[in-house]
Amino acid sequence: MVSAGRAYLDHAATTALRPAAREAFLAASDVLGNPTSVHGSGRRARAVLDEALESIAADLGVRRSWLILTSGGTEADNLAVRGAALAAQAADPARSAVAVCASDHAAVLETARSLAPRIAARELPVTGRGAVDPDALDRALADGAVSVVSAALVNNETGILQDLASISAAARAHGAVVHTDAVQAVGHAALPAPGTVDLMSLSGHKIGAPVGVGVLVADPAVPLTAQSTGGGQQRGVRSGTLDAAHAASLAAALHEVLAEAEAESARLRDLAARLREGIARIDPSVRFTAPEDVPQAGHIVHATFPGADQDALLFLLDERGVDSSGGSACSAGVQRGSHVLEAMGVDARGHAMLRLSLGWTSTAEDVDIVLAALPEALQRARAVGSLFG
Amino acid sequence: MKVLAAMSGGVDSAVAAARAAEAGHEVVGVHMALSKDRSQTRVGSRGCCTVEDASDARVAAERIGIPYYVWDLSDDFHDLVVEDFLSEYAAGRTPNPCVRCNERIKFASLLERAKALGFDAVCTGHYASIRAEGPGGAPSLHRSRNSAKDQSYVLAVMGPEAIGSSLFPLGDMADKQAVREEARSRRLGVSTKPDSYDICFIADGDTRGFLERSLGEAPGEIVDADGAVLGTHRGTHGYTIGQRKGLGLHQPAADGRPRYVLDVRPESRQVVVGAAELLSTSRLLARDLVVFEPLSAGRRVTAQIRAHGEAIPGRIEQLPAGEELLEVSLEQSVRGVAPGQTLVLYDGDRVLAAATLERRA
Repeated sequence: MVSAGRAYLDHAATTALRPAAREAFLAASDVLGNPTSVHGSGRRARAVLDEALESIAADLGVRRSWLILTSGGTEADNLAVRGAALAAQAADPARSAVAVCASDHAAVLETARSLAPRIAARELPVTGRGAVDPDALDRALADGAVSVVSAALVNNETGILQDLASISAAARAHGAVVHTDAVQAVGHAALPAPGTVDLMSLSGHKIGAPVGVGVLVADPAVPLTAQSTGGGQQRGVRSGTLDAAHAASLAAALHEVLAEAEAESARLRDLAARLREGIARIDPSVRFTAPEDVPQAGHIVHATFPGADQDALLFLLDERGVDSSGGSACSAGVQRGSHVLEAMGVDARGHAMLRLSLGWTSTAEDVDIVLAALPEALQRARAVGSLFG
Repeated sequence: MKVLAAMSGGVDSAVAAARAAEAGHEVVGVHMALSKDRSQTRVGSRGCCTVEDASDARVAAERIGIPYYVWDLSDDFHDLVVEDFLSEYAAGRTPNPCVRCNERIKFASLLERAKALGFDAVCTGHYASIRAEGPGGAPSLHRSRNSAKDQSYVLAVMGPEAIGSSLFPLGDMADKQAVREEARSRRLGVSTKPDSYDICFIADGDTRGFLERSLGEAPGEIVDADGAVLGTHRGTHGYTIGQRKGLGLHQPAADGRPRYVLDVRPESRQVVVGAAELLSTSRLLARDLVVFEPLSAGRRVTAQIRAHGEAIPGRIEQLPAGEELLEVSLEQSVRGVAPGQTLVLYDGDRVLAAATLERRA
C-alpha cells in the first residue's frame, strides 16, 4: 500500500524554509557592502545586520551585544564549551574540567571530549526519564574543578526537557558557567528565563531559516577564548566577514516562530498525541522513549519496536512515502545504536528505533500517511528482524 | 522485477546498477557498511568500505536516478567473515574471505533481507553470466566473457537457488576498459577509481600483521619433512601452504633448492617446509559440496582451486556419502593445495559444483 502523498516527519533534522526567512535573505543578500567597511555601502550593509541583530535580541530578551553569529548550532556549541572552558582555565588553572549531559548532542559531547588531556570531560548521567541526575551533578561539581556545565534544553532524539533552573543553580553554586544547546527547543519549549543560563546555542535551519547560520547567545561577562581568529569581528572571538543576509533570515524566522509558538506548539502536541495513539493501536508492544508524563517539547515522538530491523523499517517507511529517522542524522548515513538511549539505560538491542518529528508544515494528513504505512512496514521489518535476530 | 543493487562505491557495481535500471527493473541501491570503524577516505586501492566509498555509491545512485541507502551489516560481516577468517587461519587453513562474504553476506544476509523486503533479486557488479542451462532449464552459472576478470569461481559457492535470484549485468562485458568507458558516458563519477585489491578489512594490506594482532603470538618450530628443526616462527597463522617467501630461514636447503610450506600444524605449532615436488598433488579431497546439477563418479570436469588460477582437467573419482569426501583426480599435478581453499568444478564454462578443500591425502 503505497500512499500518493509524502509525509515529511524529520523536522528535528531540518525543517522547511519559511517564506519570510527566504524573503529576508533575498532582500538582504542584494545589499552590496561589507558590514565592517566605513563607506556608504558598508554602512547600508551594517544597518541590515544591525536591524537583524536588534530583532533577534528583542525576541530573545537580551542585548544585541550578547549575540555571536555562527555558521550553525555545532559551531555555537564549540565556541561555548571550548571557548568558555579554555578561558576559565587560563584565568584559574584549577578549573580543569567541564560537565556535559551524557545524552547531549555530539556537538557538545565531542567538543568536551576533545579538550582532553588539559581539561577533563565529566559526563553527567541521566535517569531513565532522561533528566540529568541531580546527585550525580552535585558529585561532578563538588571539587570545584568544573568551569562549564552544559545540558541541552530539549534532547534532539527524544524531545525530553531538562530542568535548566535546577542545573543552573547547582552549577553556579560551584562557580561554573551554564551553557544550553537550545537548538531543538525554539518554538517548542519555553526558552530559559533571562539570567538562567550564561550561554545558549541556536540554529537557523531548525526554525525555518537556511542552513548556514546560528547564534551563540553569550553573556559578555563570561570570558570566551576565540575559536576562529582573524579580523577580530564579534568581540574577537569569532572572526570572519559578518553575514547580514543569513542574520536577516534568522531574525525573520525566529520572530515568526516565537510569535506563533503558543498556538503552534499546541497544534503539534495534538498531532503528536494522534501519532502515539495510532502507533500504539497498530503495535501494542511499542515502547515510547518519552512517555507522556515525562516533561518534553512535544514535537518529537520517539518509539522503539521490538523485533524489527532498524534499516529495514526506515527503508520501508521511505518507500511508503514517510521521511523519518532512527535517531539523529549522521554523516555516513549509517544508523547506529543511540548514545541517548544508552545514557537513559534503555536497551534497544533487537529493536528498531523511530524518530518522528513534527514542524510548522506538518498536517493531520502527514499523521494519516504514517499510520497507513506503518502496519505493513512493521510487519516486514519484523520479518527481516527475525532472519537475523 | 524489483531489484536491490549492492553498490560498493566502485565502478563495477555502479555500472551494474545502471544497467539493471536501464533494463526496466525497479532498482534500489544499497551500500553495505561492513566495517565497524570505517576510515573516512580511501588510500590507494586498499579497503573497500570507507565513508568516501559510501559517498561515491550515493553519487552514482543519484546519477542513475534510484533511491539509495546505507545498511549496517557490520555485525553479520564481523561474525560470519572476519571471525571465520581468523578461526580458519588459527586452525591452519587458508580461507578465502571474499568467497565467504559472497556466500554468507551478499547472497545470504543481503539476499534474504531483500526478499523479506519484497525484492525479487540482488544485482552486483560481478563478472559472471547467468543462463538457464541447468536441469529442466534451472539457472546455471557461467564464466564471464571477460576471462581475465571472471569471478564465477568466487560465486559458485552460492549454489543454484541464490543464483536464480541474482543479476550480474556485467557478465558479458568484453573487458574492464569497456566498463570504465560506460561509467564515464553514464557520468557515474567512478570511472577512474582504482580497483580494489587485497582483503577489505585489512586496511594496511598486512595480512600477517593483522593475524598476529588478532590471534596473538604462538611461537613454534619450522621443520623439514623428516622433522628436523630448521628455525622458529611466531605463529603458524602467519603461514599458508605453498608459501615460499618470508619463511625466515637463514640456512639454504642442502640441495640449494627453494623451500615451500608443505603443511601447517597448529596443534603442534609446527610449520613443515620442503621442496616443491613434495607440495604437488594430483588428487583433491573436498567437503561441503554445493552442486548445480546431478553429478556422478567418472564425470570429466575441469577443476580450479584459486581465484586467478587455471582450470585443470580431471575427473570425479568419488562423490561424498556419509563421512566420505569428494575426490577429484587431476591430469596434471598442482602445487599449494591448502585446506580451506575453494574448489570449483566446471564443464567448459559452466559451473558444476563448489566445495571446500581438505588436507591432502
